[in-house]
Amino acid sequence: MTLDEPLIFERGASGRCAWDDGGTDDAVLSESLVRDDDLAGLPEVGELDVLRHFLRLSQWNYSAATTMYPLGSCTMKYNPIVNEAIARLAGFTGVHPLVPEAMAQGALQVVADLEEALRAISGLQAVSLQPAAGAQGELLGMLVIRAHHLANGDARTRVLIPASAHGTNPASSALCGYGVTEIQTDERGLLAPDAVAAVMDESVAALMVTNPNTLGLFERDLEVVAKIVHRHGGLVYMDGANMNALMGVARPGDMGVDVMQFNLHKTFSTPHGGGGPGAGPIAVRDLLAVHLPGPRLTRRDGLLAWDADESIGVGRVRSFHGSFGILLRALAYVLRLGGPGLEGVTRMAVLNANYVRARLTGAYALRYDGPSMHECVFSDRTLGDKGVTTLDVAKRLLDYGFYAPTIYFPLVVRGALMIEPTETESKETLDEFCDAMLAIAEEAAREPALLRDAPHHAFRRRLDETAAARRPRLRWSPANPL
Amino acid sequence: MNVPESLRYTSEHEWVRAEGADGVVGITDFAQASLGDVVFVELPTVGALLEQGQTFGVVESNKAVSDLYAPVSGEVVAVNEALGERPELVNEDPYGEGWLLRVRMTDAAQTTGLLDADSYGRHVESEQGT
Amino acid sequence: MRSYNPQTASDIEAMLATIGADSVDALFAHVPEGLRRRARLALPDGLTEPELRRRFQELAATNDASDPSAVFMGAGAYPHDVPVVVDHIMQRSEFATAYTPYQAEVSQGTLQSIFEFQTFVALLTGMEVANASMYDGASAVAEAVLMARRLRPKRRTVLVSRALHPHYRAVIVTYVQGLDDVRVVELPFAADGRIDGRVLERELTPDVMCVVVGYPNVFGVIEPVEAIAARTHDAGGITITATPEALAFGLLRPPGAMGVDIAVAEGQSFGLPLSFGGPGIGLFATRQEHVRAMPGRVVGETVDAAGARGFVLTLATREQHIRRERATSNICTNQGLCALAVTVYLSLLGRRGLGRLARRNVAQSHRVAAALAQRGRARRFGGDFFNEFVVEAPDVAGRWEALCRETGIVPGFPLGRWYPELEGTLLVCVTEVHAERHVSRLLDLFDAGGERDVAERRRA
Repeated sequence: MTLDEPLIFERGASGRCAWDDGGTDDAVLSESLVRDDDLAGLPEVGELDVLRHFLRLSQWNYSAATTMYPLGSCTMKYNPIVNEAIARLAGFTGVHPLVPEAMAQGALQVVADLEEALRAISGLQAVSLQPAAGAQGELLGMLVIRAHHLANGDARTRVLIPASAHGTNPASSALCGYGVTEIQTDERGLLAPDAVAAVMDESVAALMVTNPNTLGLFERDLEVVAKIVHRHGGLVYMDGANMNALMGVARPGDMGVDVMQFNLHKTFSTPHGGGGPGAGPIAVRDLLAVHLPGPRLTRRDGLLAWDADESIGVGRVRSFHGSFGILLRALAYVLRLGGPGLEGVTRMAVLNANYVRARLTGAYALRYDGPSMHECVFSDRTLGDKGVTTLDVAKRLLDYGFYAPTIYFPLVVRGALMIEPTETESKETLDEFCDAMLAIAEEAAREPALLRDAPHHAFRRRLDETAAARRPRLRWSPANPL
Repeated sequence: MNVPESLRYTSEHEWVRAEGADGVVGITDFAQASLGDVVFVELPTVGALLEQGQTFGVVESNKAVSDLYAPVSGEVVAVNEALGERPELVNEDPYGEGWLLRVRMTDAAQTTGLLDADSYGRHVESEQGT
Repeated sequence: MRSYNPQTASDIEAMLATIGADSVDALFAHVPEGLRRRARLALPDGLTEPELRRRFQELAATNDASDPSAVFMGAGAYPHDVPVVVDHIMQRSEFATAYTPYQAEVSQGTLQSIFEFQTFVALLTGMEVANASMYDGASAVAEAVLMARRLRPKRRTVLVSRALHPHYRAVIVTYVQGLDDVRVVELPFAADGRIDGRVLERELTPDVMCVVVGYPNVFGVIEPVEAIAARTHDAGGITITATPEALAFGLLRPPGAMGVDIAVAEGQSFGLPLSFGGPGIGLFATRQEHVRAMPGRVVGETVDAAGARGFVLTLATREQHIRRERATSNICTNQGLCALAVTVYLSLLGRRGLGRLARRNVAQSHRVAAALAQRGRARRFGGDFFNEFVVEAPDVAGRWEALCRETGIVPGFPLGRWYPELEGTLLVCVTEVHAERHVSRLLDLFDAGGERDVAERRRA
């Protein structure tokens, strides 16, 4: 039985309060400064009301802990519970970011150790752990590139981005004042040196790549492409979203990459949290280190410390030192697995993806047949004549108890279905998933309405996104309850 | 797919209907079908000056955003205010109630350079083939 | 080898057979050998779970300052008591390991809790609409400036109060450095710690796109926001407030009631631990008329095919995955689980508890400020304040690090590190966590510049 539950604002009773730790009703500031609405609208509920409310809500969610999430480019691997225990140690949660460094050596050691690990994995020389998300790391990385060119007295105007790239790539470039030139992938699904050479010149600040790319294919010409870019004074930015396929296989620094961001909530197992918090540290080649934001970790009188000059590099992107709780979890993951363990992650991630690809090809149209790394992409070619779409397949998969793959991305594949199983799914789970996908392909032919009206068994039937967008209701209101 | 004979078309799927010195502008049936449910239309204000071929606004559906390209040059003398409350008019009646704006054309002859219904129909077929 | 990988040798054999490959290595044969050779990871072997826990327990133990009730600092990160129910809910894997709720039908838990979060933020800021959160208060205010630029495209000047938290000011400058058409002008503060009104008047030209003011500001001082907003509107600009201590909304007049256009805040006070400064959460709220220019994710109400109420991500066409280079922002996430913590915290405190807690903070901080003033430690700024204030104490500020080490008490933050003109002052924060015994030790420390306390410990 799945219990329904209203909004927390629709619960409770006047005068009820779950947390009253000896506060006061006495006036403490002059009336002109204080609010006069008595916080009307905030709920008045007890502790059990709150617990029950959120526990019921939790039961409506699919989650990576309860079922496989084959989301391409998201790396929904197992989030180790031990990392949660470590992140909650009082010696970490209670530390104020501004205490004297002598009193926070443990926290600073975490920062130092994670920086070192990311240097080793990237093959680059300097790291900033400050960015709060991959997109913010990408923005920081592009600002570093811009600063580099400005410092050379050479303001460039364009960035080259493959048509298969993630939407944040052009968005971040635009924030740096760059125009975007799109490069088409070739018939292999890859970035071809000729295509890059055709558009590369001294007006280009950088080429942004993802490797493996969003089609799950290893960009085997990246070293050659990087040389073309470098020859014209440009830099290479790599979106590190797909690092799960590279550990022990190829280091970005060895492939000519100058700047990259990591997504700790992908490769490094920190939980997705329903949308965050993540973290997006960047790694850069040593010639670019001067542009990294302050404060930077250093040593002073034998202790780890922040260097005194904060206003260095391109400047801060967030307050304090970064999403420390997330950095802590990522370091725990790295230390637990160690070098051999991380290499094993990539090996099994690629094995799992190729297994899924082998089982599904035929029933689903594999768009590019080059070797897949950690994810594979199918198009909607086998669905079109049955009147069902990729969206319908995704919704029907929910009925089988799985979360859907990434859909309609990358844009270069029509009706894309991007599947990344990750290394932590067992063969039995992969088989259940593939069996479900095959059953759905068969349903598409035999009884397409099953897909078009899916999901049938989730907490909610298919939701009307059009109505939500046409007449947005974005909050509950005491004057106008839903 | 509906392609009225009396209108002229751009390759970007806008239509224009000449009414004296004015041109009424909208997007075609093919365009609204490709976009899906329209949720919002961003239009210029009355008095704005359009140049043929330049973007003048945006039409949004749930999953896509599409630039709108001016089929003719001129001054905007009216916009379809109804679309604020009911953007779905663009889907339901793209050549009628779903009109976008009315332009006082600087050069009415510009419409003769646009595609006629047959040419536009062939253009759509060739696009769909890819 | 340490791992969470479940594959057995026979699993691997069976999968390779299905794939038609001879070995796992063969799956990487297309990667150039030179790259593969250099890619062996220069990292030590992995640890067992008990070894891992011991390693981190040792690290955690070297953080001496892990008793927040002895740390009288805010300055953008605030020590508060957090009900245990908050963390209990955050630990539910169904919330913690869920993805961004694109498949709405199986994400109603996340979506409804975000809708509740948006409602809380709108209610507390007095605004009509709020988004699903931004990374932190500092990046939220930078995004607010970018939003103001979209709303006032012909204007170029951003006026930022110098009394806005320096990290917030720094992030604004970082975010606009790539945009040719934006200049940032700093507004000095006057002797009372508030924006210098005469300078504001002079700088409010028709070129001003927005004015950014802290509320309360970094000194804990409460700015005259309503007057600032009125003047800014007369000049045609956008008013943005930034609130590092979100608890202030439990008591102070909300920005929305004072003519503010965009209100941002750091929500860490609402149920998130200090955790060395992160993760935090940016609260972002604005007026209904500006909603399409608002960055970030937003959840809306709708119905499903059976007519049941449900929630979905909406207005997505503002975002990067559709607009790409014309997006309102490059932001791709919200702070998910942190937003949930805030929602649970605010549900527990609710209408009765939040106001009382805010008033208690004010009562405590004012009591300590008065006690310090009695002991000759005057406040630097005479204005009204929330739970932080600035005291003149060059002797304590001058030996700050040593005093912290010697006494185990952190007597505020030495503002000279951020404001050279305020060398010798300390930003002191007092909340509900600061027990009486620590307060009296704090007062003792100020009494003798820390000397007496040290001497007593030596005798003991």
